[in-house]
Amino acid sequence: MTSRLALRQVEIGLGAFHLAIDVELQTGCVGIFGPSGAGKTTLVEIIAGLRHARKGHIALDEDVLADVENRKWIPPHLRRIGYVPQDLALFPHLNVRGNILYGAPKTVDVSEPSFDSLIEILGLEALLDRRIAALSGGERQRVALARALNAKPRLLLLDEPLTGLDQDRKDNVLEYLRLLRQRWSVPMIYISHQADEMADLCDEILVIRDGKLVVRGRAADIFEPAERPAWRLKRTLCVSPEQEHVERA
Amino acid sequence: MDSSSDLQLTANDGHAIVLTLVSALLAVLVDLAPGVALAWLLARKTWPGKSIVETLVALPLVLPPVATGLLLLDLLAHNGPLGGVVDVVFTWKAVAVAMAVMSFPFIVRGARLAFEAAGDRPEQVAATLGASPLRVFFSISLPISWRGITAGAVMACARALGEFGAVVLVAGNIPGVTATISTTMYNDILTGHDEHALLLAAISIALAFALILTGEQLLRRALP
Repeated sequence: MTSRLALRQVEIGLGAFHLAIDVELQTGCVGIFGPSGAGKTTLVEIIAGLRHARKGHIALDEDVLADVENRKWIPPHLRRIGYVPQDLALFPHLNVRGNILYGAPKTVDVSEPSFDSLIEILGLEALLDRRIAALSGGERQRVALARALNAKPRLLLLDEPLTGLDQDRKDNVLEYLRLLRQRWSVPMIYISHQADEMADLCDEILVIRDGKLVVRGRAADIFEPAERPAWRLKRTLCVSPEQEHVERA
Repeated sequence: MDSSSDLQLTANDGHAIVLTLVSALLAVLVDLAPGVALAWLLARKTWPGKSIVETLVALPLVLPPVATGLLLLDLLAHNGPLGGVVDVVFTWKAVAVAMAVMSFPFIVRGARLAFEAAGDRPEQVAATLGASPLRVFFSISLPISWRGITAGAVMACARALGEFGAVVLVAGNIPGVTATISTTMYNDILTGHDEHALLLAAISIALAFALILTGEQLLRRALP
């Protein structure tokens, strides 16, 4: 399943930082790659409806989500765009089951992924009655994924979902993400500054730097093999030795 | 009262104790909904005049209570701006009104700090899960911040229990009608019944102790 996400002349200014993007994406899994402060999170927050762009037009398939010129703006709760932020923001007063069921459609919905299949795929059966405070980092990541997917989003935004995990847990969660893609092909936008994760998961990658789209392409066009991490940004795409150090790290 | 009866509670003392307790609880209950809503608006939104509202809300914390009482009296007096609407001056209701005004900043402050500490991420994620703003507030914002709100309410209630200056101006100090524990103690000291004043002070301490202890227990039970 793919969606078409159009971001037309989208602009936002946050102090000295200015983001300006004009791009159309056929989302299977699109990666947004760039160093810290490049504007990746700002961009997904605009797509999710959590920030207002100063200019521009955003549409998902045939639905206009925001059109600044025509004063149109769909609030986040009506967009059906799932969002897993970097800090996950699990609800601490609900247990795992309560978190996953929070966004479940109110009407009878037999479409996949169902609650049961999510629990099975993400290995959460034994955790359903646990409090959030009692979960490990990798378990929290899986709960956040299940919670977002159980709301049946048309598009899933993942903002550096593997931050703070050690390599084993990262591999483990990446494996779950691959499984989710294989099983349901949920359209995803995956943000990271880790080339490894992107190369592994994404059909297309956008490189963003200083609020601007620098290049887009398949992983093989953007990254080159390395030893550790296994992939890194191509030398030709780095603008300066300092940025090369940051972006190839 | 002779000195032996100074250590006995009178019917008026009983009235003062009940009035103090009921008025303090009523004041907090009345403050709770607008206080929490205002705290959320202050913590989450930017709007014109916000800093003026912030200052107004904090004023009772720094103004002498007598000054607040005087302003309230001018507002609520028969010839005051609100006097034609509500007739509460020198009644037990004025005790609750004065306590509500004096304790309001504690509720707003406690709730605001709690909302700020929780951050807006959980609310944002709840919205992306399809929850309307009202559902987000009641199912996420309030439950996540309820410990801070409770702490603010306990402090507000404690503040109301001990309120003197504003109460005595707006409600007077009529034994058996508007006299509270604090104003009865004041009467006792003025008339040389120091031991009776100490008895009421001991009751005040016991009430405040019980209130704060109950609040602490509530907060401890809520720990995840």
